[in-house]
Amino acid sequence: MSSVLAFAAVLLALAYGAAALRAVLSPEGAGAARPWREAARPLREVARLLTQRRRRTPLPDTTLMRAGIVTLPVVAALAGVVVPLGGEPVADLGVGVVWFNAMEVCGWAALWLTGWGANSVYPLVGGYRFLAQGIAYELPHMFALMAPALGAGSLRVGEIVAAQERVWFAVTMPVAFAVYLVSALAMAFWGPLGQPLGADVAGGVPAELSGPDRLVFLAGRYLLLTVAAAMAVPLFLGGGAGPLLPAWAWSPVKTAAVLALLVWARGRLPVVRVDRFLAFGWLALIPLALLQLLGVSVMVVAGG
Amino acid sequence: MAEAVAFWALAVAAVAGGVAVFVVDSMARATFALLASFLCVGLALLLIDLAYLGVLVVLMMVMEMMIMAVFMIMYMMNPAGFMPMTMVHNHRGALAISGAVFALLVAGIFLTPWPARRGVPAADPTRDLGMSIMGPKMLVMMVVGLAILATIVSAVVLAADRGRYDRYGDRPRGR
Repeated sequence: MSSVLAFAAVLLALAYGAAALRAVLSPEGAGAARPWREAARPLREVARLLTQRRRRTPLPDTTLMRAGIVTLPVVAALAGVVVPLGGEPVADLGVGVVWFNAMEVCGWAALWLTGWGANSVYPLVGGYRFLAQGIAYELPHMFALMAPALGAGSLRVGEIVAAQERVWFAVTMPVAFAVYLVSALAMAFWGPLGQPLGADVAGGVPAELSGPDRLVFLAGRYLLLTVAAAMAVPLFLGGGAGPLLPAWAWSPVKTAAVLALLVWARGRLPVVRVDRFLAFGWLALIPLALLQLLGVSVMVVAGG
Repeated sequence: MAEAVAFWALAVAAVAGGVAVFVVDSMARATFALLASFLCVGLALLLIDLAYLGVLVVLMMVMEMMIMAVFMIMYMMNPAGFMPMTMVHNHRGALAISGAVFALLVAGIFLTPWPARRGVPAADPTRDLGMSIMGPKMLVMMVVGLAILATIVSAVVLAADRGRYDRYGDRPRGR
């Protein structure tokens, strides 16, 4: 029970931190007289959305749309249960890496359902774009997840952390780490890979969402981004290992660093069109990830 | 006891999802009813301690049904999907055929002389599964894996042909 509470508290705090950092770094935030005051803007946005009146489109499929909206934060939280975010993970499953992958893929359904349900063209285009993006990022993502599991000889997140006692997997398998970071951006449709929510389609998937619906969707996106960043820590950055601070403190600190990098990338990198990302993903990321897996396999055979 | 309750709940939900596919009047809803049915089957695998296979079924079914959704909607008579539609044509014939197939499968379940269990469950089914796939079945799996990957790559290459307005940079011939 205490691990659930710690997990929820750390996850929410980090997700809010990401939203606050984005508010500070966003063009409106950077242009404000006191940019750091903008850190409270997500709170004001929450209050605004909670009191906003719902806008309706003609003939929406409300059931499917609500199912999609609610699925997004739920799968983010479920994916996070195997991540040791606040010390112990909520559940250190024997197939933890596969569990994370399966829950994160449910985000595909969430986005497409939300896009479909509104009966409006821009959300629909956004939903289909995310499916195409999913095809582009999922295979490199799976190979990137496989590398640490192969290096540790286990799918259990706890054992992957234990295998990094001497040297972090980010050092021994840097390509897999880089591919993972790209796929983290893609799975949270964030920054350069945020075309499903692109400005060219009036905001894409959540374009017609208003009030609490929009709040749950956007909060779910920040939760997904946070969980994606948090998973990089046990997989590649040695989990809770570190000097001075105890293990329960190092995990959130490292997660915050990865998260800050991802949030910062949004303002620094241009949005990539989904079809070009597909070409990049399949022609560059998959071969690179496979070569990395070959390298790790040789390392494992030679080392064991 | 709890396992039996969970099994029956999942079984009933799986069948209900399957029925819903033919009852709902939108292709998107039919897709997700089918997905819900598959997910119940995946969760049922967790009840017999096959964690890897159960989670894998969830993973693959979600991905597969999302790609299926694109095609199911694309090939509909009314692709918008908001006008009422039905998955059933030739009502009587369809009912007779599906009823007969269902009866045949159920009869098969009850008439098969199921073998009694020998030995004990493996300590780590995931590891045993991997050893089985990568041990005696290695050659088959490697060939099948390569064939599937080649199929996927060629399908994407055929589908993702670039259009005439699609170019990199400012030069007219930039590809």
